[in-house]
Amino acid sequence: MNTLTSNEVGIAGGLSKLAARIVPGAAVLGLQRLSGGATQETWRFEAVSPEGRTTMILRRAPSGDIEARLLSAARDCGVPVPLVRHVLTSADGLGPGFIMDFIEGETLGGRIVKSEALAAARATLSRRCGEILARVHAIDPAQFPSLRSSTPSELVQHWKDQYRSTQWPRPVFASAFRWLEQACPAPSVRPCLVHGDFRNGNLIVGADGIRAVLDWELAHIGDPLEDIGWLCVNSWRFGRMDKVVGGFGDLADLIAGYHQAGGAPIRVESCKWWEVFGTLRWGVMCATMTRAFRSTDPTVERAAIARRASETEIDLLRLLAG
Amino acid sequence: MLKAVAAFLRSAGPEHAQPHIAYQLRVAANVLDLVTRELAIAPMENVREAGRLRAILGRDGSLEELNTALAEALDRGTLSILSPEVRDHLWATTLAKLSVDQPTYSGYRAALADRGHANPKDPSYGL
Repeated sequence: MNTLTSNEVGIAGGLSKLAARIVPGAAVLGLQRLSGGATQETWRFEAVSPEGRTTMILRRAPSGDIEARLLSAARDCGVPVPLVRHVLTSADGLGPGFIMDFIEGETLGGRIVKSEALAAARATLSRRCGEILARVHAIDPAQFPSLRSSTPSELVQHWKDQYRSTQWPRPVFASAFRWLEQACPAPSVRPCLVHGDFRNGNLIVGADGIRAVLDWELAHIGDPLEDIGWLCVNSWRFGRMDKVVGGFGDLADLIAGYHQAGGAPIRVESCKWWEVFGTLRWGVMCATMTRAFRSTDPTVERAAIARRASETEIDLLRLLAG
Repeated sequence: MLKAVAAFLRSAGPEHAQPHIAYQLRVAANVLDLVTRELAIAPMENVREAGRLRAILGRDGSLEELNTALAEALDRGTLSILSPEVRDHLWATTLAKLSVDQPTYSGYRAALADRGHANPKDPSYGL
């Protein structure tokens, strides 16, 4: 058995007081860190009481308050998300964050696109993503005035600035920025709440389909097509390039599901700009990881992910000069 | 030596470490594999890349200077990704990069298959 680090001892202490309030009389068992970087962590634990065991998730992140509010608003609009049990306050001594229910299921994108057990569910996922995104985009953005709001041209400029800050020339990225600028869509007539990281890898999937949408920390206000283009980025197809949507489905099914759930009509042709934008955004995110590696987060994973910028270069070439 | 360390990380990791540490050990082993490929491939590919860049730009310079000049020309639109010379160069350079950075990536495998490579599934291609 591993010994607890001082961080784990502190978290276990804070959680044991909280767990007893969330589930009367419960003790905390099986505290286990699932993932995390320098500024955010996800922990799994069990609240065990005479009535039974409930598996829960502690999420600690600077944007914890707003993430918890986003989860609640999404739930009210019919989006499958984990139930938030408690939003951390300064009295809890755990920093910003929240506690939510643990939802069983598969989150690894590679397994979601290949698993035999999920074959039947897979056939429904694209349409279901469309329905869910229509509901996400129906959340009233006025509830979140602190979230950044950007037009397409502002987004391009933002990521171009990020690319330039790496001070490393990438001719494919330069071409893609040029293409995005030349073909830039007008600002959306109806800016929406955009999830910002809606992709295979941030969904909990079971034999019954999508059980929850996770990772709301990149939510912002903008064009709803941004979420659809991001979901189609080849990096999230996990080897199934022919299945444009997340490696599991077709764009026509997603668009049908979106429309049926009340979303505005989508033209297939207008998705390409957002797929190129999403691919370039992921590429710049990877390229800037090198800087994070040198400063705030010197993990091996950070160092390695910078090399994933190359995969977006080949995808951009396929999209723009294939 | 790099191969030996990578093999050690793969054999020592999973059963002794917590899940997020085991994951980092796997990532570390993959990084060593990448460095091995880079040492084998990059020297010759960098020479080829610089030669193509000199031909396109009509000037000399370090690889970084030449790439900076190409990126600026593409950004301003004085060169285009759709001109055959630039396009062929970007594909050749990017395919070489992928053979080092991510030789199993779907987009790379598909591009090799499109180019009629005999066995694009063979992960040793490019080594």
